[in-house]
Amino acid sequence: MDLLRFITCGSVDDGKSTLIGRLLYDSDSVSLDVLATLEKRQTSTGNVDLALLTDGLKAEREQGITIDVAHKYFTTPRRKFIITDAPGHVQYTRNMVTGASNADLAIVLVDARQGVVEQTRRHTLVAALLGIRHFVLAVNKMDLVGHDEAVFQQIVADYAAIADHLKLPHIVAIPVSALHGDNIVKRSRKLSWYKGPSLLEHLESVPSTADANPHEPRFQVQYVIRPQTEELHDYRGYAGRIQSGTYRKGDRVKILPSGLESVIEALEVSQQEVEAAVAPQAVVIRLRDDVDVSRGDSIVVADHAPTTTRNLEATLCWMDERPLQPGRKLLVQHHSAVVKASVSAILSKTNIQTYAHSAAESAQLNDIVRVQIKTAVPIVADSYHNNRTAGAFILVDELTGDTLAAGLIESS
Amino acid sequence: MSTIHLDYLDRLEAEAIHILREVAGQFERPALLFSGGKDSIALTRLAEKAFRPGKFPFPLVHIDTGHNFPEVLAFRDQLAASLGEKLIVRSVEDTIKQRGLREPGGKFPSRNPLQTYTLLDVIEEFEFDACIGGARRDEEKARAKERIFSVRDEFGQWDPRRQRPELWNIYNGRIQKGENVRVFPISNWTELDVWNYIQREKIELPNIYFAHERTCVVLPSGQLLGLTEHLRLDDTDEIVSRRVRFRTVGDSTCTAAVESEADTVDDIILDLLQAKVSERGATRLDDTISETGMEDRKRNGYF
Repeated sequence: MDLLRFITCGSVDDGKSTLIGRLLYDSDSVSLDVLATLEKRQTSTGNVDLALLTDGLKAEREQGITIDVAHKYFTTPRRKFIITDAPGHVQYTRNMVTGASNADLAIVLVDARQGVVEQTRRHTLVAALLGIRHFVLAVNKMDLVGHDEAVFQQIVADYAAIADHLKLPHIVAIPVSALHGDNIVKRSRKLSWYKGPSLLEHLESVPSTADANPHEPRFQVQYVIRPQTEELHDYRGYAGRIQSGTYRKGDRVKILPSGLESVIEALEVSQQEVEAAVAPQAVVIRLRDDVDVSRGDSIVVADHAPTTTRNLEATLCWMDERPLQPGRKLLVQHHSAVVKASVSAILSKTNIQTYAHSAAESAQLNDIVRVQIKTAVPIVADSYHNNRTAGAFILVDELTGDTLAAGLIESS
Repeated sequence: MSTIHLDYLDRLEAEAIHILREVAGQFERPALLFSGGKDSIALTRLAEKAFRPGKFPFPLVHIDTGHNFPEVLAFRDQLAASLGEKLIVRSVEDTIKQRGLREPGGKFPSRNPLQTYTLLDVIEEFEFDACIGGARRDEEKARAKERIFSVRDEFGQWDPRRQRPELWNIYNGRIQKGENVRVFPISNWTELDVWNYIQREKIELPNIYFAHERTCVVLPSGQLLGLTEHLRLDDTDEIVSRRVRFRTVGDSTCTAAVESEADTVDDIILDLLQAKVSERGATRLDDTISETGMEDRKRNGYF
C-alpha cells in the first residue's frame, strides 16, 4: 500500500483542525474512547468539537488555535495517509514550513466568506517553494454563504492568479463544509452543482510522488561501521541513506568533497548484500579501496557527480526572532555534513503579497530571502529545484544550537 | 532502470534507521530506553539493521518500576543477552528510597510518574546526551505534537512552544551541556504498523502479548487488570479468570488487559483491524485521570 503525506494550510479560523477532525471522523478513523473524551467537551450547540482531535496542547485548547504541528495517521482501503496539521497563525509560520518540507500535497483552506487572504498567499508560496506539486484549494464554510456557486467560482478565479504566478502544476478546487462534513468524505447534495470528487476521493486517487525517483544518485555517510573483531578485522562499512537515485554493486564512485575515486565492492540493505538499492533506502556501502571517508562525505556515482562549492546562492525561510544581518557566522547543516559558514550578502527579499523581489538589508522572522553563503569547506551543490532532498539544508546557531532557517540551494 | 518497489513499511523502516544513525553520528553518549515492550523490541531490530555487523553505539537502559510483569523482565534479559549488547537497569524502588519519595496512593498505585525521577537520575549518572525511545505520535494527542528530535532542558522539561522546527529529514541535535535530546525513530508508525513489522520481521515478543488464561481484577469501568501483589484489593473486588492479552506492557498497576482469543501475530493484526478502541484508551488507567495527563508529565521530564 502506498503512502501520501499531506499538509493543511491557510489562515487562522479557516477550519483546518476541524477539516482534519472531520476527515478522521467520517472515515471512521477515530477510536471510541477518543470520541468519548470529545463528547465530554461538547460545545454550547451540542456538537462535538472536531478540532480537539488535533489540537493536543493545553494552550491550543484554551485559545482555540493551533500552535504547533500535529501529525495524524489514517488508512483507507486504498491508501495510507500521514497528515500534518500546521498552524495558520503568522507567528507560527515556521511550523508551517516544518510541515511543508515533508509533504507531497497541500490542502489550502480558504474561508468562503473571507476569500483569498494574506495567509493564503504566504502559505501557497511556502508550499510551492518547498517543492509541493499537488494543491487542493478547499473553499470551506460553504454553509455560511448559502452553498453559493458564484462565491466558490470567484475564489477559484482569485486563486488561479496565484497559481499562475507560482506556476503551480496541479490544483483541484473543492467546495466544502468541514463543520457539517459536506464534500469531505462523501459528496454533498447541498453542493449538487459541484461535479468533482470529494476531498477524500481526491486524496485517494492523486498520484503519489513518493515513487518518482528521477534524480541523480546521491548518498551521504552518516556513520562508519567498523566492528574490528577478529573475523571482521578489515570490515569498514559506510552507513547512510540513499538520498536520490539508484546505487549498484560495481558502480564507479567519487567521494566528495575529497574527489577520491573507488568502486562499490558491496551494497548491504538490512544486513543482506544486494545488487542495487534506491532512495530512500538505508544502506551500507563498502568500497574496494581503503580511502578516507567519514561522516558528512558524499559518495556519488562518478559519471553523475555534482559540483561542490564554497559559495552558495540559496533561498532561506528565516525562523529566528533575531533578524539575520549579512556577515553573520553560523553553521550549515547539509544533512550529515555540518560546516561553518557565513551569510555574506542578502540579495533580495520576497514580498508575500505580490511575490515581487526587492532589495533588503536584513531578514526578519518568517521572511523569505535570497542570500549568498560562504562555507568553510566545499559542500555538494545540487539545486533544490532539481533535487528536493540533496538541495536542502538548515542553518544552525553555533552557540545556542537553535535552528535558524530552512535553506534551499538555488545555484553555486 | 531497476524496479525496486518500496511499500510504506519499507519507507518507515528506512526513516527509522536513518534517525538511529543520526543519533550515532551526532551524539557522544546516547542510550536506547528499553522497556521490554513491543515498540522498544522493534527498535532493537531497527538498531541491528542500522549498525550490524558492528555493535550498537549505545547501551539499552531499562527504568524498572518494580511493577513490571515478570515474564517481560525475563524476556528483557534474554533479548539483551542474545543481542550481545549492554543492558543497564535502574529501579524506581531505589529512587524512592534514595530520595524519600512517597509511594503513590490509591487502589491502583501507578509508579509511572515516579519513573521520571529515575530517568533523570540515570541520564545524569551516565551523562547521556540522547535517549532513544519507542514513543509513537498516534498514541496520544500530546505525543502527536512532539518532534522526532525533542530537545529537553537540564531538568528534562519539554516546552512545546519552543520546539525547534524540524525540516525535511535533517535532524538538529546540537545541545548545551546538561541538555539532552529525546529521539523517537518510530514517531510516524501506528500500532498496526508496529504489528505488521513484527509479523514481517518475525520478531519474538514476551508471551504476555498473546492470549492466555490470567487471573484478573474487574474494574468498575469493566476493564481487566492482571492480578499482582501490587494491587490493593477490597473484599468486594471481583476476581475472575479470563483469556486475555496485553496491547501494551507498561506498569502492571495501570495497564489493563483485553479479552481476546488472538494467540498469534496474524490473529492480533486481525483483531486490531476491527478494534474500535485505541491502544491507550483500552489499556491505560493513568492517562484518563486528566485530559492533559501526558502533556503535564512530559513537561516535567517524562518520556
